Amino acid sequence: MNTIVTITIDGKQINAEEGSMLLWAALENDIYIPNLCAMKEKARPSASCRLCFVEVEGMCQPVTSCTQPVTEGMVVRTRSPQVDRLVQTAFELLLSDHLLGCSKCPKNKSCKLQRIAKERKLKLTPKRLEMLEKDYPVDDSTDVFVLDRNRCVLCGRCVWVDHHAALVGAIGFSMRGIKRKVSTFGDKLLVDSTCTQCGECVKVCPVGALSFKKNLEVSIK
Amino acid sequence: MSNINQGAEKIYTDLKSKAEEINSAREDKTIVMVGTATCGKAAGAIDVREAFIEEIKHKNINAEVVEVGCIGHCYAEPLIIISKPGFPSLSYGNVDEGLSRRLVEDFLIGDDPCYEFALAALDPNDEFPTFSDFPRGVFEEKVILEQCGLIDPEDIDQYIAVDGYHALVNALGKEPGDVVEMIKESNLRGRGGAGFSTGTKWEICRNAIGPVKYVICNADEGDPGAFMDRSILESNPHQVIEGLMISGYAVGASQGFIYVRSEYPQAVRRINTALKQAREKGLLGENILDTGFDFDIEVFLGSGAFVCGEETALINSMEGKTGMPRHRPPYPAVEGFRGKPSIINNVKTLSYVPHILRKGVDWFKGIGTPDSPGTAVFALVGKVENTGLVEVPMGTTLRTLVFDVGGGIRKEKEFKAVQIGGPSGGCLPESALDIPIDFDSLQEAGAVMGSGGLVVLDENDCMVEIARFFLDFTQKESCGKCTFCRLGTKHMLDILKRITIGQGEMEHIEILGELALDIKNGSLCGLGKTAPNPVLTTLRYFMDEYVEHIEGKRCPALMCQELINFYIVPKKCSKLCSACVGSCPVEAIFTRDDGLKAIDLDKCVKCNSCPAACPPEYDAIIKVSPPEVVEELEKENA
Repeated sequence: MNTIVTITIDGKQINAEEGSMLLWAALENDIYIPNLCAMKEKARPSASCRLCFVEVEGMCQPVTSCTQPVTEGMVVRTRSPQVDRLVQTAFELLLSDHLLGCSKCPKNKSCKLQRIAKERKLKLTPKRLEMLEKDYPVDDSTDVFVLDRNRCVLCGRCVWVDHHAALVGAIGFSMRGIKRKVSTFGDKLLVDSTCTQCGECVKVCPVGALSFKKNLEVSIK
Repeated sequence: MSNINQGAEKIYTDLKSKAEEINSAREDKTIVMVGTATCGKAAGAIDVREAFIEEIKHKNINAEVVEVGCIGHCYAEPLIIISKPGFPSLSYGNVDEGLSRRLVEDFLIGDDPCYEFALAALDPNDEFPTFSDFPRGVFEEKVILEQCGLIDPEDIDQYIAVDGYHALVNALGKEPGDVVEMIKESNLRGRGGAGFSTGTKWEICRNAIGPVKYVICNADEGDPGAFMDRSILESNPHQVIEGLMISGYAVGASQGFIYVRSEYPQAVRRINTALKQAREKGLLGENILDTGFDFDIEVFLGSGAFVCGEETALINSMEGKTGMPRHRPPYPAVEGFRGKPSIINNVKTLSYVPHILRKGVDWFKGIGTPDSPGTAVFALVGKVENTGLVEVPMGTTLRTLVFDVGGGIRKEKEFKAVQIGGPSGGCLPESALDIPIDFDSLQEAGAVMGSGGLVVLDENDCMVEIARFFLDFTQKESCGKCTFCRLGTKHMLDILKRITIGQGEMEHIEILGELALDIKNGSLCGLGKTAPNPVLTTLRYFMDEYVEHIEGKRCPALMCQELINFYIVPKKCSKLCSACVGSCPVEAIFTRDDGLKAIDLDKCVKCNSCPAACPPEYDAIIKVSPPEVVEELEKENA
């Protein structure tokens, strides 16, 4: 028996399951909150992309909506100077570490970064920050898809589906800090790993880091 | 309950009288205690110990050499204490093998305590001053460091003889809820850094649902310049074990863990010895002191990542996952290790627990300030005369700490700042020296109590470089999970690097400030949230130094290598001396036609060897900033 509660987001009253996460309540009611790492199926949100900040009445600081359980009468604002500032900085930080050049990107026009930029009127080029140069070799060893770590935003969605939906475990995070990356065991090419090329990871990548090879895209889908 | 406790009390009394018996047998004997905590060992305590043993054997004297921990006076290591019947116990600092032999000859055999080499006596006497006769002793008030360096950490009887484990007996005689209440009432705040109420944490865990709970001692100390937790574990491990056991009893746990980093091998060894001895005495394991309370402790070796000091990362690490923080809530006290309610307390926090149980809530609240009762333990390091481990009541001012307890700045230099609280802390200037040290006032000043590292900086320390140094540490220790910490600290570090090499621009200051605030507000865990503190505080208190680096392209403290040059002042240089030439590793110093020395700047690597080698009577080598000043000086002196 799940209790349904009423909450207010940006002045709009919506119903949601008590204890469910605010982010989903908003998204399912057509209220957009920027996000990259969130997955509804995850028992515990990783809360790592730091984009889904909102203001909740009674809380002094913005909170990430992917970790905020819904309670009766909750009053939420998805925009405020403080929230906008955090989202803008997080977005700019991510872009500074992301291979830009949308026109050449396989995810052009369906990229979540582009969506965030459009929704929040943010520039797709960092204005204050220098670009952090990374130069990973592109792994196109599999027949089905390409992994370009230069476009990866480390949201971890691919890793999660690989482990929990595809049940393969071919990829995970390695290294730490600025060197953190998605890799196979022993940092081998995907084709030399336990990857079954099922393509589940590609489907959840919000950016152009994982993309189907052109000729196969149609048949897989 | 009371019957059980009478039984426990009786078992304990027996243990204690045995321990006292052993102790009093030693009173007729000469004991040489050698401080062999890591600080002592690094300074050469093992050689000193060997010298004593050898000499005592050679001269066939009835004396015992015992290894103890650190009494806090690390500046004087290797440090020993001699207690000989008929004399006050005396401590000697900077002991070497020669002095060891002399002390055996003159004091152990010849009854001359060699006062000229003594540091202080331990107890009041008519012969020699004690530590409390020095300013440091006046301001210090030792609670959890009281026995450190005075008892053998590898001999449980010495701990029991000074009332050790009596607090446990005391706790076992109370309802667990009452123990929680007592700690709550004492207002003990977590010494790991954030200062959260320990009793409240315990209460949350005690009230959490579930038959299995855990208590964990967080000994993952990793701040640059901090060694309090290590020293306590090396000097008095039983105190921590007792605290952990009481916490276990209070919240209803039967398993405890000590999470200690493997870089602390000696601490690990001493904890394991202590655990073994406690089990042998029936103080740990099943049916402790016949009260029906089962509790055991396991040591977990962390592999040394700064972020693993953060509670949720520590839990991940213990569960065999990558040591990365999780989002809180749920807090570990509700859902922690293996999903069970878990208490995680710092080494120092747990060390206070037996004392509070033994001496009472009012005693504890009588020390320190109302909102931060008790003492503060600091690893006092940097440009201060008397480095070491100090314990002062909360509310003591930074000025007292640096100038009275620490004995002031080394080499009579000017004080510039204290970096308090490790990389999560901040740099506070002269004007902040009179604030009393407690959790809240430090936060107000922009720093944090942190785990207790305190680095004293003098006029030769560049604050931009210090900020860069600490940020370099946190940037390298960032786990990389969240956007703000992973990328934000990287950008801040890049900007700071550019400023220290003279490539900074004024707009960088604004970006630094903005980024710092956003990282503080937006990061997932405590590491990220506090990483900007060194930058925020240096921007707040030392903005002029940033501006000098950017606009003047000079480093006022003459520290940033790219912004300085070395110069030999011809008027001060002597033709008779070539100490600098010999000291230079890259042959950058040459003899001019007139016999004086000069530096080939193209070759110079600015290693600082030559000013150190130049005899003080000449003091001819100076640093200048900006680097071009050398050309002007050369023209002037041509």
